[in-house]
Amino acid sequence: MYKIILATRYLLKRRTTYFAVLAVALSVFVVVVVMTVMAGLVNEFKEKNHRFAGDCVVGTESLVGFAYYEDFVKLMEQQDFVEAVSPAIKSFALKRRRGSDQDGVVEIMGIDPVRHSQATGFGDTLYYHKDDVSKTFEIAYDANLVGCVLGDFLLLQDTNSRNLSEISLPRIAYSISCFPLTARGALAQAGTDMVNTKTFYYSDQSSTGLPRIDGSLVYLPFEQAQLLCGMAGSNKRASRLHIRFKPGVKIQAGREKVRSLWQKFKQDKAGEIQAYTLDTVTVQSWKQYRRSSIAPMENEQTEMSVMFGFVGITTVFIVLVVFYMIISHKSKDIGILKSIGVSNIDIIELFSGYAFLVGILGSGFGLLAGWVFLLKINPIEDWLFEHFGFQLWDRTIYAIGDIPNQVEFKILAIIVVSAIAACLVGALIPSLQAARQKPVETLQVGQL
Amino acid sequence: MSKDDFILKAEGLHKSYRMGATEVRVLKGVNLNIKKGEFVAIIGASGSGKSTLLHILGALDKPTKGVVKFEQRDLSRFRAGELNRFRNRMVGFVFQFYHLLDELSVLENVFLPTMTGKSIIGWFACRRQAKNRAKELLAQMGLTERIKHKPYQLSGGERQRVAIGRALMNEPRLLLADEPTGNLDSATGNGILDVLETLNRAGQTIVMVTHDERIAQRAGRTVTLVDGKIEHKNSNNL
Ligand SMILES: Nc1ncnc2c1ncn2[C@@H]1O[C@H](COP(=O)(O)OP(=O)(O)OP(=O)(O)O)[C@@H](O)[C@H]1O
Ligand SMILES: [Mg+2]
Repeated sequence: MYKIILATRYLLKRRTTYFAVLAVALSVFVVVVVMTVMAGLVNEFKEKNHRFAGDCVVGTESLVGFAYYEDFVKLMEQQDFVEAVSPAIKSFALKRRRGSDQDGVVEIMGIDPVRHSQATGFGDTLYYHKDDVSKTFEIAYDANLVGCVLGDFLLLQDTNSRNLSEISLPRIAYSISCFPLTARGALAQAGTDMVNTKTFYYSDQSSTGLPRIDGSLVYLPFEQAQLLCGMAGSNKRASRLHIRFKPGVKIQAGREKVRSLWQKFKQDKAGEIQAYTLDTVTVQSWKQYRRSSIAPMENEQTEMSVMFGFVGITTVFIVLVVFYMIISHKSKDIGILKSIGVSNIDIIELFSGYAFLVGILGSGFGLLAGWVFLLKINPIEDWLFEHFGFQLWDRTIYAIGDIPNQVEFKILAIIVVSAIAACLVGALIPSLQAARQKPVETLQVGQL
Repeated sequence: MSKDDFILKAEGLHKSYRMGATEVRVLKGVNLNIKKGEFVAIIGASGSGKSTLLHILGALDKPTKGVVKFEQRDLSRFRAGELNRFRNRMVGFVFQFYHLLDELSVLENVFLPTMTGKSIIGWFACRRQAKNRAKELLAQMGLTERIKHKPYQLSGGERQRVAIGRALMNEPRLLLADEPTGNLDSATGNGILDVLETLNRAGQTIVMVTHDERIAQRAGRTVTLVDGKIEHKNSNNL
């Protein structure tokens, strides 16, 4: 009981304690804000990748693609855990805007906009056709023309304008050139004109919020892309299938089912003439499929955590110093307590309890301040941007609208627990030393 | 005189401090017996080792050589827990510089030894009783008006009376006082000595350290510490 009373009194009476509390509060504040924003960014980024890929991707990185995909699509569509399947063509192409003499390398993706919007979040990334994806590739001013959808960064590079006219669709023509490949990977039209070229007209733009994709991808109608890449023929080929599972189906479980179905499918097709194209096909969850772009982001988060781990270590040192000061002021008290029979362990507990209070108070204030700051972070940032042209998080790198400020309870709990632990560690050495002091020695000090 | 009448027996106490290469020998074979109900004054020059001896008698320090027996039990054989209980219950210490905790009120300082000796639950069980005893003690010392004050708001004499109250809180068998009047003017000091005398008359065993002959006169028996040993000079009682 006296430990609680004394610990509280020390807390309230010593000015130095306020510094310790302030130090803890500041570090908790900083860590809470940065961790929350960072976690928000990473989650948002993952979510965007998830929306881009669907739940599961069956496909190959080979530009040849794989055959018999239609059969597998049918098989998939019969499964009760599958919501939608969208086959896609993927290749690289040269893109030239009419009126310009510069070619650019782009990725092309051939999709059926309706199916693709069912399997992924494609529809929501569109600017004009959000509400009616079926008309994505239609050109309103001329029904004979074929449309294409550009990533919004890609369009920005071409037009220097991100938001095009709401009313009338600007007439921008692109010629897209592609090397068609045979199922064996050879150039399909060797000897003649090796390149397939077709003109597409800007019909919409897509914004996934993933800079690499928005800066390099052109969506084309599925059949057109298939033709361009030489995948049409008698045995049609596709690059991959985007699959969405029924709500409630776990990604891992769904992927395992797809994987075993694929193994069986592959065996069934073993005798077919182009069975070899199935060898490079993998079945991946969206996370695996987008791993190469998610991993750096997660690494960055880890690096941030480590960096802010050092903030925690600094806190430990501050608390340690403050405790040394307090305990050297209080060595007489320790002597008195020992002279009336207080044990070493009790002394340690007394000062640990005090450290605990400092930790609780400090992290409480820090949390509160962090929470308020996060609530107001977007207005604060807007204000900073207006008055000083300063952005806390560069929009072009993180591709976000607002700074995420969704406070995660788990993160808060971890931070508070580590802050209190830091205080206890910081208090441990001085309190051990205090406990070891012989009562006579400290009392003698008072007599000198 | 039966053996049991001795509350404390010190035999052949040596104490030396190492200061680098040199060894300071403070106590060189102290023999001292204290009977139950006695009021003994230990007198000696400054630096003669009076405080050192008192600390050893009260188990705040350990002798380099020799034994202290408290009611026939050898203090050096006590384990840490027993030693703490001994300091808490068996002896009460009064220091020259009062040594009160500034963060606690006068009343809290007095009942502190009871509180530190108990668990939270144990404390809640006896809280009322302990507070009443502390108030009683403070009333005896004439400090009823000041129980809510902090030690630094009191005069030296008042603080020393609070310290005596704290020392008596757990009804110790032995009260050890290290120059309890050393820091006070003679009138105030006499007040403190009156308090000790009253306590002694009520049966409290007291060992008091002083360098002042006149103060020592107030005790029942005076022993002198010279050159690290006890000289039995006069015995008012025997
Ligand atoms: N921790 C210690 N380390 C070294 N020497 C010490 C220590 N404590 C006491 N001494 C020495 O032991 C001797 C006796 O000290 P002590 O405090 O017992 O004297 P005292 O008789 O109480 O003196 P005073 O009347 O001034 O209080 C002194 O010379 C002192 O310097
Ligand atoms: Mg002394």
